[in-house]
Amino acid sequence: MSGKTLFDKIWDAHAVRSIQGGPDVLYIDRHYIHEVTSPQAFSGLRTRGVSVLRPERTVATADHNIPTVNQHLPVADPVSRSQVETLEENCHAAGITYFGMGDPGNGIVHVTGPERGYTLPGMTIVCGDSHTSTHGAFGTIAFGIGTSEVEMVLATQCLLQARPKQMRINVKGKLREGVTSKDLILYIIASLGAGGATGYFVEYAGEAVRKLSMESRMTVCNMSIEMGARGGLIAPDEVTFNWLAQIPSVSDNPEFSHLIHRWHSLRSDCGAHFGREVTFNAHEIPPMITYGTNPGKGMAIDGVIPSPGKAGPTFPASGHSTGSSYLKSLVYMGFRPGMKLLGHPIDYVFLGSCTNGRIEDLRLFAAAVAGKKRSAGVTALIVPGSQQVARQAEREGLTETLRLAGFEMRQPGCSSCLAMNEDKIPAGKYAVSTSNRNFEGRQGPGARTLLAGPLVAAAAAVTGRITDPRELNWQQ
Amino acid sequence: MKRQEFTILESTAVPLPLANIDTDQIIPARFLSATVREGFGEKLFRDWRFDGNGNPIPGFVLNRPEYRGEILITGSNFGCGSSREHAVWAITGHGFRAVVSDSFADIFMNNALNNGLLTVTVSKEFLAQLTELVNSHPTTTVRIDLPEQVISVPSSGLRSGFPVNPFRKECLIKGLDNIDYLLSMKEEILEFEKRRQP
Repeated sequence: MSGKTLFDKIWDAHAVRSIQGGPDVLYIDRHYIHEVTSPQAFSGLRTRGVSVLRPERTVATADHNIPTVNQHLPVADPVSRSQVETLEENCHAAGITYFGMGDPGNGIVHVTGPERGYTLPGMTIVCGDSHTSTHGAFGTIAFGIGTSEVEMVLATQCLLQARPKQMRINVKGKLREGVTSKDLILYIIASLGAGGATGYFVEYAGEAVRKLSMESRMTVCNMSIEMGARGGLIAPDEVTFNWLAQIPSVSDNPEFSHLIHRWHSLRSDCGAHFGREVTFNAHEIPPMITYGTNPGKGMAIDGVIPSPGKAGPTFPASGHSTGSSYLKSLVYMGFRPGMKLLGHPIDYVFLGSCTNGRIEDLRLFAAAVAGKKRSAGVTALIVPGSQQVARQAEREGLTETLRLAGFEMRQPGCSSCLAMNEDKIPAGKYAVSTSNRNFEGRQGPGARTLLAGPLVAAAAAVTGRITDPRELNWQQ
Repeated sequence: MKRQEFTILESTAVPLPLANIDTDQIIPARFLSATVREGFGEKLFRDWRFDGNGNPIPGFVLNRPEYRGEILITGSNFGCGSSREHAVWAITGHGFRAVVSDSFADIFMNNALNNGLLTVTVSKEFLAQLTELVNSHPTTTVRIDLPEQVISVPSSGLRSGFPVNPFRKECLIKGLDNIDYLLSMKEEILEFEKRRQP
């Protein structure tokens, strides 16, 4: 066993102390915070009489609990308004950079962080949000933490963290036309199951991964948590460096070329050992859709809902579904084993979230609906991941293309992904959603979520039913 | 800051044998607007306990008076989903001090241990036996001995060891706070910052 993994290299460079028989003390380079998981952490600091150690390494945004319309008005719900105001006050008192609702730099934390150059290769990054794994796309160790850990990082810029096991997921070949990185990660999660990677940190590698754009890589890493992984990363390369070079605050840094040189060493050594390795062939991956109530319950868009405990032909024995839990979930969804979803009518479409709320997702959706019309029975929520994405969509004419097709662009926020704000899906309604979780009630009590990529969402939005996007005529 | 010490817990238990119980079920997102740690206990499993009109859903275990206790017994991959620590606050706020399963989601387990909620990981077989016993005999006392790392049912022969990280174990037994530990090594952290490659 020789050579280090990329994960090892980053972890070892950040371990302040290794506790005998215990976790490591890990130094954190970047701490992202938002309004939902930080208030109790700041209160905790005040109770202890401790101040924020490194405000300059901390970046805040309001995203989870803000409306996606009329952001020029105060947040209507008083409790939610208070929560957002609490974050603003805490940041102001501590000298932490804060992008509030309506600020040109505001948006979903895992969209704005990378686009503003706060996420850089080789960093350790945490946030009180499980989709922090998104930042792994830049070759970072990034993972979600709870509020007590947020308090730990605010107080000491460190965390107590046990070193996870490591898994490498290799994806050979190339994704076919009409298949997105969202389909890729849904396929992987369906294969491994909702708890299939628990205890592991994943490295995504292989030809198909190398071919992904930065935003596509973020989609993949984002959903690592949905198979129980601690996080997921992709080694940085020219694609990464070119993306970062477009951000003035990054490329204007006189050290930039020196940093790129150093970042070239951020890759797993040839002989590096992983506890587990899994390989997939990209050309086998179809457009995907979920049918159950966890992200592992996905299948091909033209697939058949499997019977309990019976291996489906493509996804053998994924997710420990005991008969009763599984059947309960199908009842919730109004589905039955043996059913096909193709052609099933739907009520809502949500394009957005930290998974698929970036400019490339909007481009794909707009290209697929251009010249067509939103189906009459479909209510659509099109939510850009950030103010910057919204501005770019406007400049590229996407906002107008969408408007002509009957889709109104909203304002940035987490929106329907977790439906903390007013953007809830009503009970019993079917929503094709480009977000990351389809748990019972996730998008509203009784809401029925079908997770998908932006092309499947677009196809459903114009036909009003589950449709294979490859059957739709559109220009890529 | 000291918290309650955890050594031996003897209590009746509440069986909830479903797999993949996620944090949205444990504490729905609409309750996350609060800025304090208290008040989440009554929101635990809210949408499984009460219907849209606020009426208790009969049959759900927390609505059945014969099942009470400080120990929750659940199915695989408990606590998957979000990193919301509010899920742990809801469970402890309701009165539970330990959760037993054959597997826990990573972030949930970390959050639980940081709040003195013990996660007891046992084999599938033991879990099935324990669940069956508690289901059919709700007054069964379950004993969790953290120093010995043993979970048992004194009235029957049922008994199993369970794993705990030694550092975490000591913190739980002594009621030690992780932040105090980190604050005590502040000098070392500052030294680390100075040593690093810029």
